[in-house]
Amino acid sequence: MTHATEQLVPPAPLRARGLRLAGVSLTLGDGDSTVVALDDVTLTVPPGELLAVLGPSGSGKSSLLAVAGALIAPSSGAVHLDGVDVTGLKPARQAALRRERIGFVFQSGNLLPALTAVDQLRFALHVAGMRGTPDRDPRALLEQVGMGHKADRRPHELSGGERQRVGIARALVTAPALLLVDEPTAALDRARSHEVVELLAAETHDHGVATVMVTHDHDVLEHCDRTVEMEDGRLGA
Amino acid sequence: MFLALRELSFARARFGLMGGVVALIAVLVVMLSGLSSGLVNDGVSGLKKLPVTDFAFGEGTAIDSAFSRSTVDRDQLERWSAQDGVADAALFGNQLVNAEGPHGEPVDLALFGVEPDSFVAPTASSVVDGGTLDRPDQIVVSETVADLGLGVGDTVTIERLGTELTIAGVLDGQHTFGHVDVAYVPLATWQEIHAGVPTGERARPEVYDEATAIALTAGPDVRIDAAAGDTAATTTTVSLTESFDGSPGYAAETLTLELIQVFLYAISALVVGAFFMVWTIQRKHEIAVARAMGASNGYLVGDALAQAAVVLVVSTAVGIGAGTGLGALLSSTPMPFELEAGPLAVAAALLVGLGLAGAAASVGRIARVDPLTALGGQR
Repeated sequence: MTHATEQLVPPAPLRARGLRLAGVSLTLGDGDSTVVALDDVTLTVPPGELLAVLGPSGSGKSSLLAVAGALIAPSSGAVHLDGVDVTGLKPARQAALRRERIGFVFQSGNLLPALTAVDQLRFALHVAGMRGTPDRDPRALLEQVGMGHKADRRPHELSGGERQRVGIARALVTAPALLLVDEPTAALDRARSHEVVELLAAETHDHGVATVMVTHDHDVLEHCDRTVEMEDGRLGA
Repeated sequence: MFLALRELSFARARFGLMGGVVALIAVLVVMLSGLSSGLVNDGVSGLKKLPVTDFAFGEGTAIDSAFSRSTVDRDQLERWSAQDGVADAALFGNQLVNAEGPHGEPVDLALFGVEPDSFVAPTASSVVDGGTLDRPDQIVVSETVADLGLGVGDTVTIERLGTELTIAGVLDGQHTFGHVDVAYVPLATWQEIHAGVPTGERARPEVYDEATAIALTAGPDVRIDAAAGDTAATTTTVSLTESFDGSPGYAAETLTLELIQVFLYAISALVVGAFFMVWTIQRKHEIAVARAMGASNGYLVGDALAQAAVVLVVSTAVGIGAGTGLGALLSSTPMPFELEAGPLAVAAALLVGLGLAGAAASVGRIARVDPLTALGGQR
């Protein structure tokens, strides 16, 4: 789909593609007890790059994901996705943007317990209204993340690492422009953590998707293309 | 329904329990509906089958005791006959009596006193066995007297008075009043029995002028002007349907059963509503994930309602099927039980409809789930 888009619309300047946050601030709470969750964050993630965001808890990592993922609108600043300003969308348009352009990988997979692995992917397509013309075949994608042999298992029959692989496949099945990954290794041992992040890096490069991974696991940074650190809502080097 | 059906099969034990409750409620509703219809038929089928639109009772009669307390006379009949819109009018006597069958067995009858040539008298076409009334000592009875072992040619004797009445004909179908079989009797004989005149004796002349009520029938597409007629004839007129309340115990029985059914519908809606409330709360995290993935409110609420509809339709169908099967066993007993398609269809629609309303009230919470909670640690 990324390729099809490139042919249909005039080629955008390279700097405009992928995710771009410009001077984004987010203030949470109201009245007396406001918390500055994001403070003037400017960040660009081009397609095909895996960016790791490091930082202690409470540093604003989750807020960064929420703003980039159109779950919450920033208090000020602008969010662009593939050159399109998505800053002030109404909730229904935000939801449409999420299902069509953004993939989420949650902590410990967050799979739906009633669905088999392949149905997790089909559900994402169903929600996005892509069931007639899947951009990617769910079973082929599961095969690609090494879960082809367990495509018909439900989450409770899978290990933590396996769930995370299914979660990654689910986020990629709608061919998103942006992949947002929340602490993917929080529930995994070292070996599994490396496998999962290696997989994320490979998928990011193969599919040309802009990936932001929030983590506090320094071990896995070797697989990432770039690392930024957050503290008190501000972006460091 | 992508998620709905998969959840149904995944959590089939939970949905099965809730569906089981709805199915059992449906069985109870079928039972009560059958009992209701049966009691209505037992109470007023004799009245229902009269070609009557209204009854004029003596002035000021309270409707719940109208058929036992009211008295009207021929003068009032004539004044009613002259009213506009009245196609026909006739005297109608009603009395519950205890009698004895040919072998001394007790037989309770509701005597309907009618003039044999009037429009309320049994006609040849309504009789399936024997004939109509043509002698003063004859009665034409409900088909249900066969349950008492009686038939054409048998004689029953009114207790205390000794009046002997012979069954001349048997009517088509159930004709009962106040849970007692109806026996049509010539009005003069009814008047003697009503006045307590022993057999063979003549009553005082004014007795032969009196009856319980005036049976009225309106012309086609005409409504009787009850107020004008009541003023002219000093009567109290009610429609045939309103007169059902004059059948002994009718109002109390039907109200009780209706009340129980209303409670069952309310319980069913609350059970379904409570189930889906707990279910929605249990799924809060999954809903947050689905919403973060971009599923719209409409998609998720529609999916949950479709799920509720599947459970409700299946369990109601199972319950009504089981109830109908049980009902078939009951209808061969003396219990007044009758299943009618109309009330059953209404009951099924109410169970599904109210259940959906209960579910809708609960799944509305889906819209309040914040997709942000999908980020961060699980639960």
